[in-house]
Amino acid sequence: MTKPLASRGFSLGRLAIYGTLLLACAVYLIPLIVMLLTSFKSPEDIRTGNLLSWPEVITGIGWIKAWDTVGGYFWNSVKITVPAVVVSTLLGALNGYVLSMWRFRGSQLFFGLLLFGCFLPFQTVLLPASFTLGKLGLASTTTGLVLVHIVYGLAFTTLFFRNYYTSVPDALVRAARLDGAGFFTIFGRILLPMSVPIIMVCLIWQFTQIWNDFLFGVVFASGDAQPITVALNNLVNTSTGVKEYNVDMAAAMIAGLPTLLVYVMAGKYFLRGLTAGAVKG
Amino acid sequence: MQRKHHDLHLHNNKKRFPSMNAITRLAAVISFASLLPLSAVAADPGTVEVLHWWTSGGEAKAVETLKEQVKKDGFVWKDNAVAGGGGAAAMTVLKTRAISGNPPAAAQIKGPDIQEWGALGLLTELDDVSKANHWDALLPKQVADIMKYDGHYVAVPVNIHRVNWLWINPQVFEKAGAKVPTTLDELFAAADTLKAAGFTAFAHGGQPWQDSTVFEDLALSILGNKGYHAAFVELDEQALTGEKMVEVFKTLQRLGTYMDPNRAGRDWNIAAAEVISGKAGMQIMGDWAKSEWTAAGKVAGKDYLCVAFPGTQGSFTYNIDSLAMFKLKNENDIKAQNDLAKVALEPEFQTVFNQNKGSLPVRQDMDMSLFDACTQKSSVDFKDAEKGNGLQPSMAHNMATSLAVQGAIFDVVTNFLNDPKADPATAVKQLSSAIKSAK
Amino acid sequence: MSTVAAFNKASPLDALQRWLPKLVLAPSMLIVLVGFYGYIFWTFLLSFTNSSFMPSYKWVGLAQYAKLLENDRWWVASKNLMVFGGLFISISLVVGVLLAVLLDQRIRREGFIRTIYLYPMALSMIVTGTAWKWLLNPGLGLDKLLRDWGWEGFRLDWLVDPDRVVYCLVIAAVWQASGFVMALFLAGLRGVDPSIIRAAQVDGASLPSIYLRIVLPSLRPVFFSALMILAHIAIKSFDLVAAMTAGGPGYASDLPAMFMYAFTFSRGQMGMGSASAILMLGAILSILVPYLYSELRNKRHD
Repeated sequence: MTKPLASRGFSLGRLAIYGTLLLACAVYLIPLIVMLLTSFKSPEDIRTGNLLSWPEVITGIGWIKAWDTVGGYFWNSVKITVPAVVVSTLLGALNGYVLSMWRFRGSQLFFGLLLFGCFLPFQTVLLPASFTLGKLGLASTTTGLVLVHIVYGLAFTTLFFRNYYTSVPDALVRAARLDGAGFFTIFGRILLPMSVPIIMVCLIWQFTQIWNDFLFGVVFASGDAQPITVALNNLVNTSTGVKEYNVDMAAAMIAGLPTLLVYVMAGKYFLRGLTAGAVKG
Repeated sequence: MQRKHHDLHLHNNKKRFPSMNAITRLAAVISFASLLPLSAVAADPGTVEVLHWWTSGGEAKAVETLKEQVKKDGFVWKDNAVAGGGGAAAMTVLKTRAISGNPPAAAQIKGPDIQEWGALGLLTELDDVSKANHWDALLPKQVADIMKYDGHYVAVPVNIHRVNWLWINPQVFEKAGAKVPTTLDELFAAADTLKAAGFTAFAHGGQPWQDSTVFEDLALSILGNKGYHAAFVELDEQALTGEKMVEVFKTLQRLGTYMDPNRAGRDWNIAAAEVISGKAGMQIMGDWAKSEWTAAGKVAGKDYLCVAFPGTQGSFTYNIDSLAMFKLKNENDIKAQNDLAKVALEPEFQTVFNQNKGSLPVRQDMDMSLFDACTQKSSVDFKDAEKGNGLQPSMAHNMATSLAVQGAIFDVVTNFLNDPKADPATAVKQLSSAIKSAK
Repeated sequence: MSTVAAFNKASPLDALQRWLPKLVLAPSMLIVLVGFYGYIFWTFLLSFTNSSFMPSYKWVGLAQYAKLLENDRWWVASKNLMVFGGLFISISLVVGVLLAVLLDQRIRREGFIRTIYLYPMALSMIVTGTAWKWLLNPGLGLDKLLRDWGWEGFRLDWLVDPDRVVYCLVIAAVWQASGFVMALFLAGLRGVDPSIIRAAQVDGASLPSIYLRIVLPSLRPVFFSALMILAHIAIKSFDLVAAMTAGGPGYASDLPAMFMYAFTFSRGQMGMGSASAILMLGAILSILVPYLYSELRNKRHD
């Protein structure tokens, strides 16, 4: 619905719009700018200067120290996140497909139950989940952690795909069905090819959620297999002598870099996917 | 052997070499059959996994020495460090690990918690190590009793912290013209002088455990050893609700007015830095505060003073760090665990660890000349306090009560101190009802 | 009701086809039954026991609930969630809608501006909390900055003020999530038929009133999605509180999730922690279920 609110060109109204938007940009950017500036300052500089003062000497020591401490855990996070994101997205797609195209008695109830699961505070599931993992022989393994992420990511991935597929006309599936296409053929030939936008949304959402997770990571992974968020927590929550905010900030940026990159690079697909139907409810 | 900890590893191998599992099993059978000590199989050393929250600079350095020693003895060290919330995050991890039936070999557990874990039947008895290394002779009796469940050692103490210390920057005192206090009245007199000269009197971080540390020191000072014991160990109703307890809260409120209003959520070592840099005059904190002074290159007795909290001279509130040992199945892992237990009490580790942490070695036969003036003083005070009833468990550091009761006290104290309009008499009532409901 | 099943003819392959959807859904059903509702049931059971340090199964009836309702900290936490949740959700919606509408006016470099609004969502709550803790720190953060810039009397000490600290949480959470709401609504706006607006304009309606009366009401499903996601974030904002205030000063910024975690794991009062979890779920249930029900029932177009 792109149409002018006020006529295009220079007018007071448009000036106000641009002014508001730019002000909002500043508000959204300030924390990032502060973090970046801080990460390049020396500890003395941080104490004497203020938040937005330019570093007296730009130093990379914060980044080097941060990478030494948390860098080793970077790959752990990749190893946990990639399979969990892929599997939960795939399962979500299949679930969404069934819940929108192959509804049966009770499938709406199941969807309702699943939606409620979005609101389950994860702290409540820690103990029973670790009990279950112990019984499965997966306690303190990366596989176990991946499994937990898949289980608790399912609610949102299913929601995304189900809403997307609901907007696909039934007639399309009906026609394929008449032509003798089966369950998986319809899914693979018709729905999947048109799902790229929602797959992008789902991948971005899941990647962000799982990469940023701390609670499951700290509980279900141990020692050398811990994700980067746990290492970040260990760093930020430990202070010796003068607190090295530059190291903290650099480490926070390192931990947040992959998700930031995903949002910046794939942001437009995200919006495209949302436009294409994820928000149609 | 060694299945548990190498599950993943084996699994990978199995894919590539289907017969690998059988070979491993065969090897195990052969080594049993020939009665070869398993530790002699070089490829299969025992692993000891240690869950702890010693992550700050000095502590991490101390843990490193422990790790090196265990490695030198031929075992594998699996480090599981979880910082945050004074071990709260680590406790969550430990509980979930225990429920999944896969606890680590050793975990940093303190005081009454050791009994709780023991009662669950999860801890292993360290009879062989403790007898072979004469722990009963080495350890003070009060300390040894805490480490035992049902008469057997289930945990190794690594140090003794003293909580009732007051840290002073003498340069600041000199500039302001304040005198080192020995009574509560003198403490407030000094605080007034410092305040008038433009210094912060007390550096403090507004976290529940720090608030409660101050509260506990005041309680010890006002109630005395017996009253303290009655209130926080026996949870005696009269001691908790008496006039004296109201006075403790009143004094706490007064003390709060000398603290920085921006203190909420501040870490203790950030507060310590304020005293070190000369912005503040005093800090009420346990002996771990010294590690900050040491890290800043300051010398005890010259650049900074440590005195017993006013009115608690002759008393010693202790906070003991210990490693509790969990039951394991694998023979080699048990060997590694026993080695860790042995090394933790050896003089080498005791020296390095306690020099870094600012605490007192738990062994009674140590050469104290290796330590600074504050620790030496602490050592003398400990022996004196041990003779009478001056040796008291620290409530704020989970040595005196269950976690539930401690938490209830924390809630009341921290809420009280953060509300300048709070009424001491009401706080006392809240305290006793909160404790009752937590018991 | 069933859209495709009407086409089946009776053959073994078709029988399989008929069962296939259920088979495909089966693993997820199992997951939901065990991992969601089984665990909730277990928590429900524990809330009636005297579980302290570890789970135990000694029945104590409603004693844990009685204790919980007497606990002052629980009430502080509950009230905070209402204030925080209410403010966070409504402010995020207002800011998100406003920015979306403004961005929809053929703005130059829209993609760039959009990314700026959206990026906070990429950060973890821990990072957000750490950054804002610092920004709002009295004496170090914005407080000092503005005084350095000459506003001598400026004082921003909400983070250490027990009565105001909860607003700090709101600020940080709105900062993180409002851009995401903007993206949802912008996507919704792009799907609105322009001819409706043109028709209304011909009728002489002003643009703000067209948005308020016609465009936004047609985005009802977007409101639903946004509300779901915001409520999800509000309830999960454990990490944010932990990183920013740890519940302080005192326990003034405690939230039910923090309360539950502290009592279950660090305090050794698992029974009471479970009771608080159940009350929390009950409250969510009573607000959410009627809403979910009406949304799900109205929506289906068959």
